[in-house]
Amino acid sequence: MENIFGSFRQLRRSRIQGRGGGKPEDDRGKVLFGVLAFMMSESLVFMSFITAYIGLRLSTSPWQPPGVSGPKLSSETIITSVVLLSSSLVIYLAERALKRRKVNRFRWLWATTTAMGAYFLYGEVKDWLSEDFSLSTGAIGGTFYIITGFHGLHVFVGMLLQTIMLFRSFIRGNYDKGHYGVTAVSWFWHFVDAIWVIVFSIFFLWR
Amino acid sequence: MTNNSIQNIDSPIDPEGSQGELEEWWRYFTFNKDHKVIGIQYLVTAFIFFLIAGFMAMVIRGELITPESDLVDRPLYNGLFTMHATLMIFLWIVPSLVGLANFLVPLMIGAKDMAFPFLNALSFWMVPPAGILLLSSFLLPAGTAQAGWWSYPPLSTQNPSGYLLNGQLFWCLSVVFLGISSIMAAVNFVTTIIRLRAPGMIFFRMPIFIWSVFSAQLLQLIFLPSLTGGVLLLLCDLSLGTNFFQPDRGGDPMLYQHMFWFYSHPTVYVWALPAFGIFSEIIPAFSRNPLFGYRSVAMATLALAFVSSIVWVHHLFASGTPEWMRILFMFTSELAAVPTGIKVFAWTATVWRGKLHMTTPMLFALGGVVMFLFGGITGVMLGAMPFDLHVNNTYFIVGHFHYIVYNTITLAMFGGLYFWFPKITGRMYNEGWGKIHFWLTFIGANLTFFPMIPLGLQGMVRRVASYEPQYQFWNVVASLGAFLLGVSILPFIANVVISWLQGTKAPNNPWFATGLEWKISSPPPKENFDEIPTVTAPPYSYGKPKTWASSPTTEG
Ligand SMILES: [Cu+2]
Repeated sequence: MENIFGSFRQLRRSRIQGRGGGKPEDDRGKVLFGVLAFMMSESLVFMSFITAYIGLRLSTSPWQPPGVSGPKLSSETIITSVVLLSSSLVIYLAERALKRRKVNRFRWLWATTTAMGAYFLYGEVKDWLSEDFSLSTGAIGGTFYIITGFHGLHVFVGMLLQTIMLFRSFIRGNYDKGHYGVTAVSWFWHFVDAIWVIVFSIFFLWR
Repeated sequence: MTNNSIQNIDSPIDPEGSQGELEEWWRYFTFNKDHKVIGIQYLVTAFIFFLIAGFMAMVIRGELITPESDLVDRPLYNGLFTMHATLMIFLWIVPSLVGLANFLVPLMIGAKDMAFPFLNALSFWMVPPAGILLLSSFLLPAGTAQAGWWSYPPLSTQNPSGYLLNGQLFWCLSVVFLGISSIMAAVNFVTTIIRLRAPGMIFFRMPIFIWSVFSAQLLQLIFLPSLTGGVLLLLCDLSLGTNFFQPDRGGDPMLYQHMFWFYSHPTVYVWALPAFGIFSEIIPAFSRNPLFGYRSVAMATLALAFVSSIVWVHHLFASGTPEWMRILFMFTSELAAVPTGIKVFAWTATVWRGKLHMTTPMLFALGGVVMFLFGGITGVMLGAMPFDLHVNNTYFIVGHFHYIVYNTITLAMFGGLYFWFPKITGRMYNEGWGKIHFWLTFIGANLTFFPMIPLGLQGMVRRVASYEPQYQFWNVVASLGAFLLGVSILPFIANVVISWLQGTKAPNNPWFATGLEWKISSPPPKENFDEIPTVTAPPYSYGKPKTWASSPTTEG
């Protein structure tokens, strides 16, 4: 039975030379690993919702009840989406500024990201109010409002985390041990943006 | 006995006065971030919910002594079996195993604490409110949720009472809460085991308990989102008027069943794997033998986690699932027997060549393995789709399930609690009362759950308060067994309370066991290790003249 796992024995040999074990002293690695694990789990919540939506949509006909035209792809939706996606670039620039120890430049780029998130949420609520179906319209209402709303909640949480990080940047010695908190929030923001690409495509592009 | 050498480390003596002792007790009621405190908090909380859910089981068995529905009315009966299952699963098995793992994982891998102590405390403090919320639904005008722990729509979304605050809503909120808590705990465990292992603690030197906690928590991380998401959608259907699962308005109730079982089959392994991990620690220690085929057992643990993720449709054999799918999932389900068989074989081989010491933990472990064999065989029978269709919705399922959750997992839990009791409390438990607890449990558990197998084969359906008189004989046996099982808890409680207060002081390593947790004082000092040990050999080196782990403190 032991020989089935011969390849693992090789792996072990190489690990002994490098002593093996974890890296308990590496705080940054630990936090970022935890954030990745959390985002993996979180993305699966989205995946379960999205799978539910696709499953329902494929098995229901007609998908749109009479008199309902479905989510409208208006120019405003496109603009708010572009704003949200480009905020990923802005937060990247903010992080880069911090790496180069330009803290003030970091602060205003960081705050711009939060503002862009706020604009997206404003656009989302406006879009909701203009749709011709409600939460209880067939299966289309629930899937659309719950999934976009759940995503919007993530945008909101991301903005909260950004605000906390902004305030903490004024604490003396906050970056002495590195700035992996900022990196973690930035990762979360990229994650939220990537989810929007999927949510946008399945609701607005799938006609 | 070279193992004696590891006892030489002096435990730091705590010069604590009465003030210190007061703080000692008080910290269990605070937002403490020490993993050992959190572990005990989890264990005690879970045990309280276990007693409450056990009491509900007594009432259920009391009702079933007679064929008529006479002890409680039918809505209350439905509420009782729903709450019994929900409490036992989400508030006993899951948090008790998380509690034991919380206490042990950092000790066993040589870490000072969990990766995220704050998150750890937060995960725990979500559990009591969720449990109290769930129990408070007994006070609602329309009573508790009554749709079973699986809460299938459209039954669960009917809300016949019309109240905005209804039992089903409380159930959904509580399960979502516990889901979030468990996901946070899973992030913590996976990160801890990957990142915080001591130098030299490579994967193939981790104790099997660590392997199993890792596999189980990985399952939580990947599959729990599906249940939490599903119940969240159920909550929307129930309270916000959406139609995800309403067949008459564009939804699909089968969708919920898939989301539910996509998690709820793997979750059985979230409970069972740590139980197997406990067996794998106790059996070598009291056989004075290395665990047979350590690597195969480790790989079988991962393999079980993997197989468990592709079998969920076996719960939907009778739900209008297409034929090709049923046959496919029948094969994947039976596949789980292979890694399980490897484990049982390894435990048997370990015992076979060993010098057995029949202490209480060993009795619980061996009893658990024997009853797991029975539970596993009935499971293989159920995996066979034609047989499953025959006994679908009968007491056969209830019997099989309880052989796994009580006779295997809860017995493992008791075994683990006795085994690590000296380490957790710093005191020895009473061996005589422990043995009485075991025999009462073993006899009571078989008396309770075995009769359900013939009952199911004869066709008695589950979830009913009244039944045909011809089933009465086995039902009376089961009920008497259940009351014996209720009594069996009493010696355990007495033993734990009295031993914790005035038991003899435990040495560092009362069992001469290998494992890092036995190298430090009982109970462990605040940050566990004065100096992080370096691990140089694989675990379970029983009977070998080789020090397992060495650190500056132990070599000197
Ligand atoms: Cu299953």
